[in-house]
Amino acid sequence: MPELLSVKNLKIEATSYPPGEPPKRVTLVDGVSFDLQKGKVLGLIGESGAGKSTIGLSALAYGRGGAEITGGEVLLDGSDILKLGKSGIRSVRGARVCYVAQSAAAAFNPSHRLGDQVVEASLHHGLMTAEEARKRANYLFRVLGLPNPDTFGDRYPHQVSGGQLQRAMTAMALCPNPELIVFDEPTTALDVTTQIDVLAAIKHAIEETHTAALYITHDLAVVAQISDDIMVLRHGKTVEYGTAQQIIEAPQEEYTRALVNVRQAQRSEAADQSIPQLTVENVTAGYPNGFKVLFDVSLHVPKGQTLAIVGESGSGKSTLARVITGLLPPLAGNVIFDGKPLPPALKDRSRDELRRIQLIYQMADTAMNPRQTVRDIIGRPLTFYFGLRGEAKTARVKELLEEIEMGTGFIDRYPAELSGGQKQRVAIARALAAKPELILCDEPTSALDPLVAEGILKLLMRLQEETQVSYMFITHDIAIVRAIADSVAVMHRGRLVRFGPKSKVLSPPFDDYTDLLLKSVPEMELGWLEKVLTTRRMESAGN
Amino acid sequence: MRARDIPFSAWIGIFGIAIAFLAAVFAPLLAPYGETEIVGSVWEPMGGAFFFGTDNLGRDILSRLIYGARTTLFVALAATVISFSLGIFLSFTAAVSRGIIDLTFSRFNDLMMSIPTLIFALVVLAVLPQNLLILILVMAVLDSTRVYRLGRAVALDVAVMEFVEAARLRGEGKMWIIFREILPNTLSPLLAEFGLRFAFAILFLSTLSFLGLGIQPPSADWGGMVKDNKDGIIFGISAALVPGTAIAVIAVCVNLVVDWLLRRTSSLKGGRGDA
Repeated sequence: MPELLSVKNLKIEATSYPPGEPPKRVTLVDGVSFDLQKGKVLGLIGESGAGKSTIGLSALAYGRGGAEITGGEVLLDGSDILKLGKSGIRSVRGARVCYVAQSAAAAFNPSHRLGDQVVEASLHHGLMTAEEARKRANYLFRVLGLPNPDTFGDRYPHQVSGGQLQRAMTAMALCPNPELIVFDEPTTALDVTTQIDVLAAIKHAIEETHTAALYITHDLAVVAQISDDIMVLRHGKTVEYGTAQQIIEAPQEEYTRALVNVRQAQRSEAADQSIPQLTVENVTAGYPNGFKVLFDVSLHVPKGQTLAIVGESGSGKSTLARVITGLLPPLAGNVIFDGKPLPPALKDRSRDELRRIQLIYQMADTAMNPRQTVRDIIGRPLTFYFGLRGEAKTARVKELLEEIEMGTGFIDRYPAELSGGQKQRVAIARALAAKPELILCDEPTSALDPLVAEGILKLLMRLQEETQVSYMFITHDIAIVRAIADSVAVMHRGRLVRFGPKSKVLSPPFDDYTDLLLKSVPEMELGWLEKVLTTRRMESAGN
Repeated sequence: MRARDIPFSAWIGIFGIAIAFLAAVFAPLLAPYGETEIVGSVWEPMGGAFFFGTDNLGRDILSRLIYGARTTLFVALAATVISFSLGIFLSFTAAVSRGIIDLTFSRFNDLMMSIPTLIFALVVLAVLPQNLLILILVMAVLDSTRVYRLGRAVALDVAVMEFVEAARLRGEGKMWIIFREILPNTLSPLLAEFGLRFAFAILFLSTLSFLGLGIQPPSADWGGMVKDNKDGIIFGISAALVPGTAIAVIAVCVNLVVDWLLRRTSSLKGGRGDA
C-alpha cells in the first residue's frame, strides 16, 4: 500500500532571542522520519517542548512563531509539499490536509455561526456547492453525535459546550473530505467525562470517512485508544517508533517505559482518619449576584493526611478552596480549623491563622510575581511571619530549596528562568516557608507533563511524612487520587456526592456520577475505549 | 548592566539630556553673557559675536537658552515627577481597594478631566500668587489626572493576578501590594507615559509662558523665548526657531531613552541584572 504521508529526516529550526545575549539558532526537531498510510492513525506523544505540535504542523508545511523547516522532505502522496510555492501550499491546506487545534474555544470565531465556519474551507476551495457543503456538515454533525445535527450549525460558538465545540472543530476538519487530519491535543482541555465522548466521536468519524490522521497528545493512555502506530518524541528527536501494541505492551526504551508506568503508584490510606485538621460544616456559597456555586457541603480533612476533592470543571471544587481561604465568605455554614471556627472573611483573620493555611495554585506561572527572584518569593513569608532577615533568611531559603530538591544555585533566578516543574516546586517552597498545618493544593500538577507531575506528587508525599502537614488536594484526575489520598470527596454541580475513606469511596456500590467518573478515566490498555463504550451501550439497552 | 548593551539611539538621547543638564547646572560658567543683559541691537543675525544672534530686546539668545534650560527642565521634571507620584499612588490605591474608594477617586478624576486643562490652569494661576512652586503644583495636579487613568487601567489588570491574591492570602498590607507586587509589573507602560508626559510638560510650560502665566520675565525659559521672538518670524528673522528647536530636541532625546528602558522592562526575563 502506498504511503499517504511520508516524512523523511525532518529538521526544524527557530531563532530565539534570549535577553542580553545575541540571538541563537535552536533546533526544535531533528531527524524525524515516519510514514502514514491511508485510513491509519499515527499518535505523536511527548512532553511539552518535545516538538510534537511542530511536527504536526509541518504536515501543512507551516512553521509557527518563526519556526522554519530547514531540512528533510514532507511527501504527501509522493510529492514534496515543502517545495510548493505559496499558492501551491494554499491548495493543500484546508482541502487535502486539515488541522484541529487544542482549544476549540479560541479557534472558532465567536461572531460567526458554527455551520458557516465548518463549511468555509470547502467553499473557499470550490470543492462543493453551498448546498452540498451544508448537507455534508449536517451528516458529519450526526456522525460525531452532536445534538440536533440539522440545526446545530445555526448556533454560535458560545451557545454550545466545550466538548461539542471540539467535535464541531473535528467536523470542520472533516468537511472538505481531506486525505489527512492533524489533531493537536483535541481532548487535553476537556473533562474526563467529556473527553471519552469526543474520543469516541473522533474515532468513529475517522473509521467512517477513511481519512488518515496524526494525533498529537501528551497522554499515552489516550493515544493508545485511537492510534495504529505511536511515535514517542523527546527534545525534538524520536525515542521510539512502533505499533501501538508494541509501545504499550513491550516498550523498548527507558523513557517509554517510564511513560507507560507513570501513575501506577498506590498509597494505602491511613487507618485512623477521625481527628480533623479542618472541618467544613454545611457550607453554602455563591456570588453577590445570587448565583450559588456550593450547596450544603460538609467534609473534613484528617490531621496529617490528604483529602482529595474530585470533580469536573464547574463542580465547585475551587470555590470550596476560596471559601476556606476566606476569599469568598460563605453564605451559610462554618469553617472550623483545629477545633476553632475561622472568621469567614480574609480581613478578619489574624496573621497566624493565615500562616497556618497555605495555597498552591494550578498555574505556578501566574502565582509568582515575575519581577521577584526565587530568594524574594520564598523569603517573603519568612520575613512576614517569622521576622527573619539577612543571613538567617538566606540560610532558611537555601534550606527550603534543598528541601524541594532544587539546589541553592537557583536562588537568584527569576520565575521566567525556571521550567514548569521547577516553578511549581518554588511555589511549594513558598507555602512551606510559612510552616503551615494545612496546604490547599488546587490542581498543582494538571499543567505539567506526566513525569514532572509524578515528581511533584512524590515531593508532596515526602514533605507530608516529614512535617505532618495536611493536604486538601483538588484534582480531576482519579489516578492522582489513588496515588496520594487518604480520604476522598466527589463533587458534582456544587454538591458533595460522596465522601469518606478512599477505599470506601472508590469501591462499589457506586452512585451514578462516581461510576461515570471512574469509568471515564483512560487506562493504559489497548481496546479500553471500545470496552467502555460497549458496557455503556449494554447498560442503556438494559435500562 | 553594561555600557555596550545600550543601543546607539539611547546613547543619542542620553547625550542630549546630559548636555541640557550640564548647561542648566553650569549656566553661569557656560553662558557668554548674562541672562538679562542687553548686549547688542535688536535681532542681530546668527554668527559673529552672538552665536545664535540676539532677541527682540538685544539679549544674547545662546546665553538665554542656557539659563532657560534651568527653569524649563527643572519645572517640567518636577511637575512630571510629582504628577506621577500622585497619579500612581491614587490610581493603585483605587485599583487595589475597589469599592467606594475606587468610585470616589475615579469620579473626582473624571470631574477634573472634564474641565479643559489649559483654561483650568489659566483660571487657577490667575487667582493664586505667581511663584514657581504654585506653577509646578498646578501643572502636576492637572497632569496627574491622565496618569491616574492609565495607572488604574494597568493596575487593575495586575491586581487580579494570582500572585497578588497570594500576597493577600499571606496577609500583606495595601502598601506592600501596591509597591512590591503591582508597581514592578506595570513599569513598562508607566515609563512610556513618563517620557510622553515630560515632553508634554515642557510644551505646557511653554504654552503657559507664551500666554504670560508661566515663568515671569525677565527670567528666561524656552517657551517664553518663543513668545518674545514670535513677531520676528514675520520679518524673516529666525530667533524664535532656536528655542523651539531646543524644545523639540529635548523631547526627542527623552523619548529615545524611554524607548530603550521600555524594551528592557517589557521583557520579563530582562529582569536579570537590573534589580
